[in-house]
Amino acid sequence: MTKKQKRSLVRILASAVLLVIAWALPLEGVWKLLVFLVPYAVVGWDVLWKSLRNIAHGQVFDENFLMSIATIGAFFVDEYAEAVAVMLFYQVGELFQSVAVGKSRKSIAALMDIRPDSATVLRDGEAVTVSPEEAEVGETLLIKPGEKIPLDCVITKGTTTVNTAALTGESLPLDKTVSDDLVSGSVNLSGVVEARVKSPFAESTVSRILELVENASEKKAKSEAFITRFARVYTPCVVIAAVLLAALPPLFTDQPFSEWLSRALTFLVISCPCALVVSVPLSFFGGIGAASKIGVLIKGANYLEALSGVDTVVFDKTGTLTKGTFTVSAVHSDVIPPEELLDIAAVAEVYSSHPIAACIVKAHGGHIDKGRITEIHERAGQGIEAVIDGKTILAGNGKLMDTVGAKWHPCHEPGTTVHIAADGVYMGHIVISDTVKEDAADAIRLLKSVGVRRTVMLTGDDEKVAQAVGQALGLDEVHARLMPEDKVRAVETLLQSKPVKSALAFVGDGINDAPVLSRADIGIAMGALGSDAAIEAADVVLMDDKPSKLARAVRISRKTMRIVRENIVFSLAIKAVVLVLGALGLAGMWLAVFADVGVMVLAILNSVRALHAAK
Amino acid sequence: MKKTFNLEDLDCANCAAKMEAAINKMDEVKSASVSFFTQKLTVEAEGDVTDDLMKKIAKVCRKVEPDCRIIL
Repeated sequence: MTKKQKRSLVRILASAVLLVIAWALPLEGVWKLLVFLVPYAVVGWDVLWKSLRNIAHGQVFDENFLMSIATIGAFFVDEYAEAVAVMLFYQVGELFQSVAVGKSRKSIAALMDIRPDSATVLRDGEAVTVSPEEAEVGETLLIKPGEKIPLDCVITKGTTTVNTAALTGESLPLDKTVSDDLVSGSVNLSGVVEARVKSPFAESTVSRILELVENASEKKAKSEAFITRFARVYTPCVVIAAVLLAALPPLFTDQPFSEWLSRALTFLVISCPCALVVSVPLSFFGGIGAASKIGVLIKGANYLEALSGVDTVVFDKTGTLTKGTFTVSAVHSDVIPPEELLDIAAVAEVYSSHPIAACIVKAHGGHIDKGRITEIHERAGQGIEAVIDGKTILAGNGKLMDTVGAKWHPCHEPGTTVHIAADGVYMGHIVISDTVKEDAADAIRLLKSVGVRRTVMLTGDDEKVAQAVGQALGLDEVHARLMPEDKVRAVETLLQSKPVKSALAFVGDGINDAPVLSRADIGIAMGALGSDAAIEAADVVLMDDKPSKLARAVRISRKTMRIVRENIVFSLAIKAVVLVLGALGLAGMWLAVFADVGVMVLAILNSVRALHAAK
Repeated sequence: MKKTFNLEDLDCANCAAKMEAAINKMDEVKSASVSFFTQKLTVEAEGDVTDDLMKKIAKVCRKVEPDCRIIL
């Protein structure tokens, strides 16, 4: 608790004790009033003072003013204990709100505890500790185990393992060595490394992320805007109703004015929309915090709201559902054992700089004796012709096979096929394909389980490869052979066919898909750690490259929205009931203040749950 | 141009909403947002967010919520 909160608590306790004493004393008349005024003044003087000051500033429907009127009114109708109690509970509510909000603000700050405090820079051979802002691009950092990496940098000396949990929500340590990039905000675990600063602190990953999370509350959700508008209308309406209630019935009936005045006062007690105004933004704030804990950055409450109503999820293929790196997925040998076929292919491709050649060499893994090659020619657009161990080897596509009349056949497996012939005889082929991410199938399944109706994949690849991936992952639709502009068109068509009020999310890797990201209701970029472009372009950023995080983010958004709805319905219903009971004379000020403070406390406790929605 | 300021002693969410509405009503301000949770004020103006403008904003805020201070 802060000093201010402690002072408030002391005043509340003192006033409560004094109230009990005042109650117990057998006094009548003026003395009784005076004795009750003591606890009232102790707990409420600042409310009275603020209301006077705010009237001077032209703020009439201020909750301080309303509380003052309600309690002073209660003194006039001889309800002394009620007057003190209303002020007392009002202050209890204010204190609780301040403590609860402070707590959740802190726990969100703890979630985002990635800001490095200092950086150690090597200047003229000496280690100098400076604030991260002072380290300049090109300088060498010294990073010890246990320290946060202060700026984005490249290792120049040493090896280590780093933990990116604070950024991605994944605690698997990553090995890093010379010339590897280190991302600011991650933690150096094992070794001492020297690293060259790549970008100034203001442009480093950690600054960008913090800025993004802090600005998230700027973009307000529709339900938040609704509450603000509602609050603006609600208070004046209730106050006017209170005035009418106090003035009209005594004019037309012979009931006493004091009876209707005391009914009107109950209206004033519940005229503050505090429960809603605090709890709704608090829920969104908590939801965004919970998502950032698992490494999903949501750029605004409006996107969190949209995410909860997602109906169609469109994925880019390469880099999103697949790893975007090519590997040998099959070796089909017709004559010799598969290992020998791969060996021949690797030798043939060893000098080539083509990415396909590189992955055949990588799949071979062992030592490649270049001395076996006596002659080598690259055939542009076809493949390679080489003389290996005295045999003429051809490795390439079907056209290359046709030049020597080798009897090749297409492969049933999707991917790029490299055919191999020796001395004009077909030996078999090697299939190279993009591998699907381990959690891609899970990602689709989980999205279905949280109620996403339609999953679509867009890709520039050919139909066969696309269909194979689509079937393996259980996607609903696959659109292949798309140019970047076709992807925008495909998303537009999907946008038209989705149900009204639901949202379409596009998931890409943030490279080359900025137009599609901005066209979709929610643009989601993944693998954003280290990719500034992705962080800029997207509405939601998945810090690592796991598509399965998306379903968890949807679940968090659903839970947050449920809490928001609960709070709105619950608060409004209680207030409405108390208003009706108050007007009928069935609810006194006691019930009204309990309803007001109680509803606020419950609503705040409920919104705090959003922060713990990460599971 | 857009600029962000820290706020001190912003105690109630309703006051934050009122401050936001009051600042948004100013002619010089294109858009403003007060975040109760991050205790921050973001002001966007057509031109520069000048010290003069911030003084005016501070004055408007004092009227609505005298306890809250903008840290310039």
